[in-house]
Amino acid sequence: MAGALLEVEGLTKRFGGFTALNRVSLHVKAGERFGLIGPNGSGKTTLINCISGTLRSEGGTILFTGHDITGMPAHQRTRLGIVRTFQIPKPFASMTVLGNLRIPIEYAAHRHGADAVANAMEILELMGLAAKAHVTAAALTQIEMRKLELARALAAKPKLLVADEAMAGLSSGEVDDILTILFRLNERGITIIMIEHIMRAVMRFSERIVVLDAGDRIAEGTPDEIVKNPAVEKAYLGE
Amino acid sequence: MGNRTFALVVVAVVGVGFLTTRLGVNQYYYFAGYVILQYIVLATAWNILGGYTGYVNFGTAGFFALGAYTSVVLIKSAGAPLVVLLIAAGFVTGLLGLGIGYLTLRLRGVFFSIATLALAVVLETVAINSEYVGGARGITISRPARSLLFGSYVEFLFAVMLLLALLAIAVAWWIETSWIGRGLAAIRDNEEAAECMGVPTLRLKLVATTVSGSLMGIAGAPFPYYVTFVDPLSTFDLNYAVNSLAMPMVGGTTTWIGPVIGAVLLATAQQVATVTISSELNLLIVGVVLVGFVILAPEGLLGLVRRVRGR
Amino acid sequence: MVALDLLWNAVIAGILLGGFYAAVSLGISIAFGLLDVVNIAHPVFVVLGSYAAYVTNTAFGLDPIVAGVLFTPVFYLIGVVVYRVYYVSFEKKGQESLRGLVFFFGLLFIIEVGLTLKYGVDYRLVEARYIGENLRVGPVSVALRLLVPFLVAVLLTLGIHLYFSKTFLGRAIKAVSQDSLALRLMGADPVKIKDVAFGIAIATASLAGALLIMIGPVEPSMNRAYIGRVFAIAVLGGMGSIGGTLVAGLILGVVESLTSTFYGPSWSVAVSFGVLLLALAVRPAGLFGR
Repeated sequence: MAGALLEVEGLTKRFGGFTALNRVSLHVKAGERFGLIGPNGSGKTTLINCISGTLRSEGGTILFTGHDITGMPAHQRTRLGIVRTFQIPKPFASMTVLGNLRIPIEYAAHRHGADAVANAMEILELMGLAAKAHVTAAALTQIEMRKLELARALAAKPKLLVADEAMAGLSSGEVDDILTILFRLNERGITIIMIEHIMRAVMRFSERIVVLDAGDRIAEGTPDEIVKNPAVEKAYLGE
Repeated sequence: MGNRTFALVVVAVVGVGFLTTRLGVNQYYYFAGYVILQYIVLATAWNILGGYTGYVNFGTAGFFALGAYTSVVLIKSAGAPLVVLLIAAGFVTGLLGLGIGYLTLRLRGVFFSIATLALAVVLETVAINSEYVGGARGITISRPARSLLFGSYVEFLFAVMLLLALLAIAVAWWIETSWIGRGLAAIRDNEEAAECMGVPTLRLKLVATTVSGSLMGIAGAPFPYYVTFVDPLSTFDLNYAVNSLAMPMVGGTTTWIGPVIGAVLLATAQQVATVTISSELNLLIVGVVLVGFVILAPEGLLGLVRRVRGR
Repeated sequence: MVALDLLWNAVIAGILLGGFYAAVSLGISIAFGLLDVVNIAHPVFVVLGSYAAYVTNTAFGLDPIVAGVLFTPVFYLIGVVVYRVYYVSFEKKGQESLRGLVFFFGLLFIIEVGLTLKYGVDYRLVEARYIGENLRVGPVSVALRLLVPFLVAVLLTLGIHLYFSKTFLGRAIKAVSQDSLALRLMGADPVKIKDVAFGIAIATASLAGALLIMIGPVEPSMNRAYIGRVFAIAVLGGMGSIGGTLVAGLILGVVESLTSTFYGPSWSVAVSFGVLLLALAVRPAGLFGR
């Protein structure tokens, strides 16, 4: 498909006898706000792990900006511009907030020294974490850690940002907070794939949505189309 | 500590160290000092992979002994000078570190650790079976009587080990304060996140393993001249593993200072204890200290100081 | 024809030794395979069991197997205590990979040096009626000191396997390795279950140690040669599969025996190391793993 930033074709992933992903395909256009939903265990995180390179897939291909990245190690994909956040935040606990950002700035965006620090502070300002720059990451609150996840991802200069349940367990106000940040990032030109269970967030945010169920892609369309899709309803509510 | 300050401290220490050899002090202090300095190298080397990167190497004895035996081979076959021994030992053990890393670092950290333990046992077996280096009976190496600048050869060895200790500390300090060190810390804190943040984790781990192993081997290179009798049983002694682990644990694993503090404390204590109580009991105490610290004060003395200071 | 005889004897000896190796590895299959506790000190507990058998054998003329069984409850208690310390100090805090490992290494060291302090580095052995004798089965002569441990080892393995598949507690242990949340929802305390499991793991070391000293003389540093072996067997056998442990033990035993016969006995240690690396490189899930 022309103009597609990310093309996933026929992706398959098995864990022993269990098929987590069964020939899943999706295409994400540059600059798009893309939603990925599905009931628990449908394979969303597995798909993200395959796209980010944390897991090796067993079949299918992944193309990013036209390059075949199927066999590429994760850190190289990050450098190409695919950056993901983790469902359960994985901060570098022994480092300060600033130190956490330095890692992707130095390793993914290749900026060093004073330039790197300035860049980091800029991003922290954007996220509202500037006051905590010199606090050890381990001492942050839940929402601050999630913001740090996003800040870190942003520091890696993503072309495609994959946000894996960035809002799980947050209060309504905090959800809106994160949503605003994601919209702002998208305005800067970053393509975003959002995996979420919080339906109002996904529906508001996404331009297009793909639905997974038990490793299969069962639906694709605009939020309105998805809401009305009987297969989707069945997947979530059962028969 | 800034670059300038560090360099000045190094020059000062070297100067003081060399001056003591002029003092005509009892030879025993050079023998004991050599051991303490050797442990500074081993503990510092261990910590580059252990404390900075989070991968535990149980096979210090294997790397150390490989360095020592490389020296034995070169002394016996070519009468090679000490400089050559140091470089060769560093090269061979660096290669070993790279090799074992390449084979096991793509798996969970525990498999790397188990592999290092098994590796040490295998290397010991090889040494026992190698008649050229004396096999199980061991081999005698004659220590030169004098050296150019110093009185006895032991004073010379002491000076060499002093330089090696400073080299090890300099390497550790450089790594720690550089972007490499930050990458290693990221790996230690959360390897999966580090990889996804663009850190080439495998490559960095291999660098750490190679540098660490190489330094351990270099520490072993002058050993044949120091002991004059090299046999597998004592050269592959498990103490090297326990000590190079306990010293950073006691001192603190996150900076270069920790292993130095731990090495000075524990090595000195053991030198004193070996004379006063049995050497086995002395070892038992090291083991207990290690377990005690890992349970109660895993961040070492530096960590305790930090906690007291309220940071 | 001589070579065939040699080969045949080597294979038989390998099978017998392999069965014994499996018994030694049971503790690792449970601790590491099921509980994810990297207890590198397990072999030194086995050696401790050997010394327990040695002491009672020299002092009271007690048969080593009887000693091994007798000490099992003691070892079980030691296992529970060790696990409690490990859990509180490391597992609860998520620090088990680095610090937990160092803890077990320290334990290994303390026990080994402790034994050396008490009994010295000389080899110790036990005396029992059947140890010096051989059994002739056709063209093959089988040493009883290998056959009896093999039989006991197989019985022990069978017993553990039955325990894990038939008893409630045993199945709970298997369950906790897969999903401790589900277990908690069922009202069982995962930590208490892991207590029991680790206790059982160390308990097997008592009997395994008795078998070890029956097969040959024992000295404290021998435990290190076994570390590579038991982890190679655990990985090859599929990490927690008791049946897999037995099969993997037999395979390793035969390969070691053949190497020993044709290349010399001191290379058998390198064999287990090679098998471990191979197993990890090719099939991290082992032969029977999940």
